[in-house]
Amino acid sequence: MNLTDIKPERAPRSSSLRRQREQKIGFGLLTLAAIVTVTPIILVVVYVVIQGLPAISWEFVSAMPRDGMTAGGIFPAVVGTFWLTLGTAAVAVPIGTAAAIYLSEYAPDNAWTRTIRIAIINLAGIPSVVYGLFGLGLFVLFLNLGTSLIAGSLTLSIMTLPVIISTAEEAMRSVPNSYRVVSISLGATRWQTIKRIVLPQALPGILTGVILGLERAAGETAPILFTVAAFFLPRLPQSIFDSSMALPYHLFVISTQVPGMPVTIQYGTALVLLTFVLVMNLIAASIRSRARARRLW
Amino acid sequence: MRETSWGEFVITRLIKAAGTSAILFVILIFIFLLRESIPALTEIKLDSLLSVRWYPIEEYFGILPLIGGSVIVTIGAGLIAIPMGLACAIFIAEIAPRWLREILKPLVEVLGGLPSVLLGFLGILVIAPLVRTYMNLPTGLTAFTGALLLGAISIPTIVSVAEDAIDAVPKTYRDAALALGATEWQTIWRVTVPAARSGILTAIMLGIGRSIGETMTVMMVTGNAPIMPKGLSALFSPIRTMTATIAAEMGEVANGSLHYHTLFLIGAVLFTISLAVNLAASSVVFKQKKRAERILS
Repeated sequence: MNLTDIKPERAPRSSSLRRQREQKIGFGLLTLAAIVTVTPIILVVVYVVIQGLPAISWEFVSAMPRDGMTAGGIFPAVVGTFWLTLGTAAVAVPIGTAAAIYLSEYAPDNAWTRTIRIAIINLAGIPSVVYGLFGLGLFVLFLNLGTSLIAGSLTLSIMTLPVIISTAEEAMRSVPNSYRVVSISLGATRWQTIKRIVLPQALPGILTGVILGLERAAGETAPILFTVAAFFLPRLPQSIFDSSMALPYHLFVISTQVPGMPVTIQYGTALVLLTFVLVMNLIAASIRSRARARRLW
Repeated sequence: MRETSWGEFVITRLIKAAGTSAILFVILIFIFLLRESIPALTEIKLDSLLSVRWYPIEEYFGILPLIGGSVIVTIGAGLIAIPMGLACAIFIAEIAPRWLREILKPLVEVLGGLPSVLLGFLGILVIAPLVRTYMNLPTGLTAFTGALLLGAISIPTIVSVAEDAIDAVPKTYRDAALALGATEWQTIWRVTVPAARSGILTAIMLGIGRSIGETMTVMMVTGNAPIMPKGLSALFSPIRTMTATIAAEMGEVANGSLHYHTLFLIGAVLFTISLAVNLAASSVVFKQKKRAERILS
């Protein structure tokens, strides 16, 4: 028996070929699925832009509607959404950030904290129309605030809380612990550490979460249906106790309730809403990528 | 060593209060829903509530057709969103090159941020006519159209959570599989995906939760006919979901009437369903965390 008698075993060619082919088909299918999923997004944006651009003019965005909404502008709806978003931010950002600080910096690892986390997950999953019902029951009726900007803002803030809390908490958790340890070792109190070290470092992440949360709040219709939205108001809201028009509700109304609505105006309104959402997304994404590039850890 | 000022004491108390606010809100929502729906439970006989006729003007308050509508649209949406969403998530996490990932992830996020009114609007103007002509139906406003759009809305939720889960699988798992001679395809299906199993399950549950709770899109495209869906052919006729019922009818009910309380009851049912889905999803997450702690210790 010498070395030339030992023939190396070759793996049966068919099995490895079969696996390679299987992989090619599988990868191809997955790529196809990804394309099929992503193409509609691009199509939607392009289509709305093409159809809606003819309607867009400075007058469209800044004038009041005329002729039962079939002409004129959408100014009151834009203003209403602006106030609602501001109101939501005013309530949800402080409470949400404070809750996130609690969860990230103060909360012990016990059953009570777990209950809080479960509550947040639940708040995130509640259907938006149920928030509308809750807002109607509590703010509009029980607290007698009526159909008003403040009722709508409060409802939207509770809806936005879970998003802000979870992103802010994650942002704060990603700040390395060594930062906190060094700060305390230099004599700072816990709150001083949070205020001067953790929060500034986590700020981009918190901002991203706030912007995405507000984007969602601005685009939601169901929570404002019964709490603030009005079909047509002859003048802009004068106080937080006035009801108001709002952009998503306006789009809903003109596409389903107004007969003879010119299609261009519908697409124009849709385009304004879409632009608002896309701009928010862009701002959030740029904050995120710049923060990641500048990160020191 | 630590000097706590009075101001810091107040701030710490406020932060702790904010932390528990999430629990407070969940309980508040539950209480208010219950409070306004109890009259419906006491004044309508149970077998009348569980009948198949929803005709509030004639005092028929059978909620089964509404539940059936929600179920059939959700099943349809799941059949679309789960395979496409998972395929997309696997593609983004495992197959796509880095530069493609940086494009796809924001794109999917954009889809997730699109307001539901916008998609409902496009559904009415674009998708429904397409469904009507290509499937030879009397109307394009069917459960199928709703399922299509709902699937599109749920895909971003499934993709982001599942992609995070798949990404979190340690690289050593894949390296070990490849070292043993598996192709990348085999690694994905026999190692990576099973390892990310609980995260993927969470993604699916959250996606389904989103489908059940979606309001505006289904209200605009499913035809709003509260008929009990019988069998699979019901997918191609109009139905009505629980969420659409609340949104559509709440504006026209008299405050305090039986109809009003029944709508709150539907809201309570929705709240309970989303509570159940979210509790199940979070228990999966917590179990996974415990297992990971055991493996790593």
